[in-house]
Amino acid sequence: MQLLVCGGTGCRASASATIVEKLNESLKAHQLTEEAQVVTTGCFGFCEKGPIVKVIPDNTFYTQVKPEDAEEIVAEHILKGRKVSRLLYENPENQEHIADSRHMGFYQKQMRIALRNCGVIDPENIDEYIGRDGYSALAQVVTDLTPEQAIAMVKQSGLRGRGGAGFPTGLKWEITSKFSSDQKYVVCNADEGDPGAFMDRSILEGDPNSIIEAMAICGYCIGATKGLVYIRAEYPLAIKRLEIAIAQAREYGLLGDNIFGSKFSFDMELRYGAGAFVCGEETALIASMEGKRGEPRVKPPFPAESGYMQKPTNVNNVETFANVPVIFLKGPEWYSSIGTEKSKGTKVFALAGKINNVGLIEVPMGITLREIIYEIGGGIKNGKKFKAVQTGGPSGGCLTEAHLDTPIDFDSLVAAGSMMGSGGMIVMDEDDCMVSIAKFYLEFIVEESCGKCTPCRIGNKRMLEILEKITQGKGNMEDLDHLRNLAYVIKDTSLCGLGQSSPNPVLSTLENFYDEYVAHVKDKRCFAKKCKALARYTIDPDVCTGCTICARNCPVEAITGEKREPHFIHQEICIHCGVCYQKCKFNAINVE
Amino acid sequence: MTKIKSLDDLRQKKQQLEQSMDIREKSDHPENLVQIKVAMATCGIASGARTVMNALVEKIKKENIPAVVTQTGCMGYCYAEPTVEVTKPGFDPVVFSYVDVKKAEEIVDKYILNNELIDGILPANYQTI
Amino acid sequence: METIKLTIDNRQVEVPKGTTILQAAHQAGINIPSLCYMNLPHLAQEHKPGSCRVCVVEIPGRKNLVPACATECADGMTVLSHSLRAINARRTVVELLLSDHPKDCLICPSSGNCELQKLSITMGIREINSVENAAMSTYRKDASPALNRNMDKCVMCRSCETVCNEIQTVGALSAVNRGFMSVVAPAFEQELTDSPCTFCGQCVAVCPTGALTAVDNTFHVIRALADPNKFVVVQTAPAVRAALGEEFGYPPGTSVTGKMTAALRSLGFDKVFDTDFAADLTIMEEGTELLDRITRYLDGDKSVRLPILTSCCPAWVNFFETNYPDMLDVPSTARSPQQMFGAIAKTYMAEKLGVKREDMVVVSVMPCLAKKYECQRDEFKVDGNPDVDYAITTRELAHLIKIGNIDFKTLKEEDFDRPMGESTGAGLIFGVTGGVIEAATRTAYELFTGKKLEKVDFHELRGMEGIRTASVNFDGTYIHIGIAHTLGNARKLLDGIRKGMYNFHAIEIMACPGGCIGGGGQPLHRGNSIVLKARMDSIYKEDFNKPIRKSHENPEIIKLYEDFLGKPLSEKSHKLLHTHYFSHPKK
Repeated sequence: MQLLVCGGTGCRASASATIVEKLNESLKAHQLTEEAQVVTTGCFGFCEKGPIVKVIPDNTFYTQVKPEDAEEIVAEHILKGRKVSRLLYENPENQEHIADSRHMGFYQKQMRIALRNCGVIDPENIDEYIGRDGYSALAQVVTDLTPEQAIAMVKQSGLRGRGGAGFPTGLKWEITSKFSSDQKYVVCNADEGDPGAFMDRSILEGDPNSIIEAMAICGYCIGATKGLVYIRAEYPLAIKRLEIAIAQAREYGLLGDNIFGSKFSFDMELRYGAGAFVCGEETALIASMEGKRGEPRVKPPFPAESGYMQKPTNVNNVETFANVPVIFLKGPEWYSSIGTEKSKGTKVFALAGKINNVGLIEVPMGITLREIIYEIGGGIKNGKKFKAVQTGGPSGGCLTEAHLDTPIDFDSLVAAGSMMGSGGMIVMDEDDCMVSIAKFYLEFIVEESCGKCTPCRIGNKRMLEILEKITQGKGNMEDLDHLRNLAYVIKDTSLCGLGQSSPNPVLSTLENFYDEYVAHVKDKRCFAKKCKALARYTIDPDVCTGCTICARNCPVEAITGEKREPHFIHQEICIHCGVCYQKCKFNAINVE
Repeated sequence: MTKIKSLDDLRQKKQQLEQSMDIREKSDHPENLVQIKVAMATCGIASGARTVMNALVEKIKKENIPAVVTQTGCMGYCYAEPTVEVTKPGFDPVVFSYVDVKKAEEIVDKYILNNELIDGILPANYQTI
Repeated sequence: METIKLTIDNRQVEVPKGTTILQAAHQAGINIPSLCYMNLPHLAQEHKPGSCRVCVVEIPGRKNLVPACATECADGMTVLSHSLRAINARRTVVELLLSDHPKDCLICPSSGNCELQKLSITMGIREINSVENAAMSTYRKDASPALNRNMDKCVMCRSCETVCNEIQTVGALSAVNRGFMSVVAPAFEQELTDSPCTFCGQCVAVCPTGALTAVDNTFHVIRALADPNKFVVVQTAPAVRAALGEEFGYPPGTSVTGKMTAALRSLGFDKVFDTDFAADLTIMEEGTELLDRITRYLDGDKSVRLPILTSCCPAWVNFFETNYPDMLDVPSTARSPQQMFGAIAKTYMAEKLGVKREDMVVVSVMPCLAKKYECQRDEFKVDGNPDVDYAITTRELAHLIKIGNIDFKTLKEEDFDRPMGESTGAGLIFGVTGGVIEAATRTAYELFTGKKLEKVDFHELRGMEGIRTASVNFDGTYIHIGIAHTLGNARKLLDGIRKGMYNFHAIEIMACPGGCIGGGGQPLHRGNSIVLKARMDSIYKEDFNKPIRKSHENPEIIKLYEDFLGKPLSEKSHKLLHTHYFSHPKK
């Protein structure tokens, strides 16, 4: 038998180390050290109910264990084989105790559809993909279904584009299928650009065949024989694995002429992107593939009508494609049973920031931020207080405590002032300055703007300048009005999605953290102590020994005081360089 | 490789593969192989998964253990890379976190050979369809 | 035609399907301001990148404002062009543009002609909301013999890029850099002189601000006029007289030949001559060359390169030197009228007037920027002294007249000086597309057939179509003629010839839309094709009223050959009136 004790940060903070000690003591006392061992594990991701002790092989799951419970667990469970029911997890719906972790709702919070094969199969071996029902969806589609029937199934499933905007995938396919042309294209957008988001890379690296299969299905539906994957050159492993998969699929005849003996032929190639964020926008992506400057153009015409080489083109993102084969394998009804009314299926998020379990998660639409952050993510690092979560990449918005229980899907995030984006999710705690956060994202946008339209090219630069001014303590209340106006106009008038969403971090922080802006502007204070220029250095007269080291090192002679007497910092001279703080050997200098 | 020409071809192929996959995944015959999967996506490789994989292959060879070491994609535990999943015949898969060469050897010595769990196990926190 | 009904600012409008909001609004008497939008109907080119966002309007129910220039009207649509939301957005966008624009309007070469300035005035912008010391995007200044680039003033409308790439297919200008530092520049931010630029100047003609401007030589001219030791002669190109009036408030298409001559004389030029004279001379040389080639070709000489290409247009010359280095022996070797004039002025004329070459200053007034480059080419200099000293544009002449305090409208009409002011209708029509070849045809016909040409108007050679072809009956022998204007059309024609698609005897090419009347040095018409048409009509009308309409009948030309040159293609002609071409490997 083994007793697994959670050694994650959250549980450790609530004395899991002592529990390990106590358990070992009890085992020794009962002379059970041969029969059972205590093992520290990684975070169970269930920090709200921590500390957790799990007994295997019977999978008993004890929650909120205290050191004094150790003896009871050993004496009752290990020695006598009786579960300690008061420590068992209680189902919040019916207050029943659940002993087996496999039946706990928490472990069904994550559901892997797009990532179904990642971490399961060897991505460089097509056989393993076929062994897990790979290419059966394609076989079914090209041999049994008409394109119209197949499109109807995708529509019925309710799948929406996972690239950000959430356009219904089936509808997109249908529109593209209606335009007649001698040549059409299926394009896979693998130009993942959100900082911190890497779900598309993971899918391409872990399950490249699913993309090939889905693109072929799409090709059949819209009447295209050619597929193109626009992939960042910075993803060498994904490129390699995709190339291997394409070669293997060709060898099996799963790409090429007359697939599965049908009249349908399909083949694909890779196109490399140089990593411009804006090339994730489909018209910019197409321009880049054509060898032109990667910048968006006015729509309409949409790519469905005139895309790559002016031919009808269907562009979907990697994660969208990864969902497609499942719709055919399990049926659209099954797929649409997952998620919310208007957002079906699951979404992959890249969970990052001040959170314990940084990683890729896949959850059904409709899950709450609280579940993601506290249950899957294991809570905030170092037991700090949650402040905000930024979704949707650099142009998403910051959501607060008030949004924690909102079920998240495409529409609810937009309603809350953010967006789904490609699924970045960055968690911030009380130490984060929201003005600096807005500034950080804007820096990225200014760097990545293509420069085509005025509001995005100049407007974002001007917003950044205002934020710089504010974080330097030079802002005034007029700047805030001006900032808000700029943000609204940029959102309202930019040419493409990048510009239209670029003010989101500013708007959402203005909305949710207006006090912080005012503190920066009026009181010249940064509560999170992130804005160096606003830091206020003072000397604690009770601690100061009058050693004079601060005064001697101050570059602007802002510190005065007699030897062996408490010193004093003259705020009007201080330039906030922080040298005194670093030099003081007695921790007498406070920073506010 | 032979071409897959029809739906039947694919089904046949799948059945063949399923049998071999079954051996790998679902068998409960103790004489069967130990399955070791190293998460080898960019995140894993960046944290040293390649070295770990090589160490495991060598260790298995040295100890003459009937095991197969394969690579796989991202399991999602990015905070704990490199991660290694070990499935002993008849047991649930166990995922070990922060695996380095030393820990890899420990996994083989303690868990695979002696059935002893070691620190740093990651509880599976998702279901896959 | 299917029509659509919509409401713009409470006005009902009915427009054909496919009409944009901008066009529909215009039809309803609502002028939505725009900046990057450029329509060149005569070239079938509508530039609507939808990027400046000045023309944004509100459509209730839509999430965002839409650009009127690039949004099609839909049935039942309601458009608000001056809602608070639209006005605020438009104003903010213009303020943003101004915040990254130098504020030296008072001394900007485009002051008064600047679309951004007009926007600022129309919208009554009195202050620009932006932080103190807001960053400006600044770039290296670039000067060339013909045009200057000051991209600090670029508003990224990209009109120049469309003209340079789509219409001219020159490919010298395209957007470089990203974000705030985006700008239009030659590849690798080369200097224009190192780029494939032909100096056609069409980018200058469409630039809404002072980013792309013409090199200004007015002060050189003023200084030469003031120098008592200099004998200053001036020549005026045919297209100038058809457009100069626009700068003084005359309607487009008003010919101001007499007033222009009077103004030049009043400015102090010692002799006021006419480039039309040199155009007639060009016809003598080029026409003879054409006849010679055709006759030899018809006699079975396989070494003859046909078709013969005209070579009057310096931008076109630059273009083929860069793009068709394998075809350098195809164009006529005849110099352009500007250079023929300079060569004759500084030899024959100078001798006649008793002026030393180095004391004579030849100024040319041209509708063109490439002429500024052409007159600096080494092959048109004698011991470093150029045949033509300064080329100024129509716009610069207007400035000179204003600087000279001349009330243009009240001037009494005067005539050119003789002998080099005598010209025919044939020389005059050089200013429009098809004119050179029509002039050549009038002369070649008579020389080839030995018969008198009764009907001198060749309507089949006229028009605004980009590429035109015609076959002219030379008394039983059909001469096949091709005409192209804009370099993009020239490229199409040349590529067709390379592939053996065409069988022409002669081709006329002009770099600018409509020929010289649409040159980069002309008063800015902002793509208004009505203006071009009016200038064209004015030239044909003046030709129609000329007593002599065939170059070889110009009495002063006949005299020039008798007294000085001998005959066309003589040794002296070759030395003074012909040239050769160089490939431009550096490009």
